[in-house]
Amino acid sequence: MVKITFIQPDGSEQVVNADPGVTLMESAKMNDVPGIEAECGGACACATCHVYVDDAWREKTGTPSTMEEDMLDFAFDVREQSRLSCQIKLTPDLDGLVVRVPAKQF
Amino acid sequence: MSLDVSTPSVATSTIETDAVIIGAGPVGLFAVFELGLVDVKAHVVDILDKPGGQCAELYPEKPIYDIPGLPIVTGQELTNQLLKQIEPFGPVFHFGERIDTLERLPDERFRLKTDAGTEFITKVVVIAAGGGSFTPKRPPLQGIEGYEGTSVLYSVRRMEALRGKSVLIVGGGDSALDWTLNLQPIAKSITLLHRRDEFRAAPHSVAKMREMVETGDVRLMIGQVTALHGEGDKLQGATVKTKDGEERLDVDVMLPFFGLTMKLGPVADWGLQLHENLIPVDTEKFETSEKGIFAVGDINTYPGKLKLILSGFHEVALMAQQAAKYVYPGKKVLFQYTTSSSSLQKKLGVS
Repeated sequence: MVKITFIQPDGSEQVVNADPGVTLMESAKMNDVPGIEAECGGACACATCHVYVDDAWREKTGTPSTMEEDMLDFAFDVREQSRLSCQIKLTPDLDGLVVRVPAKQF
Repeated sequence: MSLDVSTPSVATSTIETDAVIIGAGPVGLFAVFELGLVDVKAHVVDILDKPGGQCAELYPEKPIYDIPGLPIVTGQELTNQLLKQIEPFGPVFHFGERIDTLERLPDERFRLKTDAGTEFITKVVVIAAGGGSFTPKRPPLQGIEGYEGTSVLYSVRRMEALRGKSVLIVGGGDSALDWTLNLQPIAKSITLLHRRDEFRAAPHSVAKMREMVETGDVRLMIGQVTALHGEGDKLQGATVKTKDGEERLDVDVMLPFFGLTMKLGPVADWGLQLHENLIPVDTEKFETSEKGIFAVGDINTYPGKLKLILSGFHEVALMAQQAAKYVYPGKKVLFQYTTSSSSLQKKLGVS
């Protein structure tokens, strides 16, 4: 299992356990993490599963692909830590991952 | 307004038809086929400028694996194949239009009007609107609603209205770049704001924009809007965050281009029973709370509903049986197979 901590804008934390192989977005949806909308269902077509990856984990999650960068143009308050959670596949390497949920998806 | 049942007051542009299908996604397209088999002629209206709905707009290149008989097909391929499949039934498409109003006429038919002024009088309505209408995304900036339509515009209907204005254009795709180039000659000033110094727009537009930035005709800023300032519905400024800090710009108009999202839209105002932005239907006819109005595909809900294209295909087949009863009252709808029925094959143009 891969343990992930989602931190909400108000600072509250939710720890979820997911099977390796699912995406970060799917792990959020399966565990009803608020603020991850994933309107398009994970097609990298909407930017409503936007998260900020904790700096300590950015190297392990990697950088967005061109398509993901393009889609991040449609997100709000995009930062260096911004990723679309549907594009992060969970691996045992990511056990302990910490991400922040933005104040708004749009 | 009262209407004489025998001679409804029909405007010259009014289209009379058997069925109006709202939404040209895969399920709306296949509705043309199933209705066609039972001789129900259809017009199809979609807010997008092309057929395919989400398949074409959101994931044209993404493979779909759960269409029976097609182990792998992309959204665009599926759309193309459906268009070919429904060709024999001669559907009439109305793209780039949204049905805004629906009213029932005294003779039980419906009058529908689009935002472009097209008017239909139809015997049945098939709502195949998926996740709703695609509408421009509204940046979550405080108070933005108050400026919309006057100084925050998601599309430009009249360029003249922007003559002499200080315009802030936000985004990095074709819309943002096209309007930067088109408005530059008439606006007082143009600032193009994008979160990164890379643009998705057509390379020649990007090159042209860079030239204008060189000559000082356009200001390019890399950053994001964080706040709007103004009085009443008049925008006066925007706070922009860049890597160097925050800057307040004096602007009269902002054009944000952040893509599209799906909203239920006008369907919500048609007096249909709704449940969490979905339309409850029965599973025999896929009819809504209103006789003669059907809902199929992602927009409907019933016990066990799955939002799958293949479920929508099943739904339109059953819907068509009931629709035929309304269009041809008293006529027996004979159940037939396309493989063996000479009458169906004639309709398909294969016999």
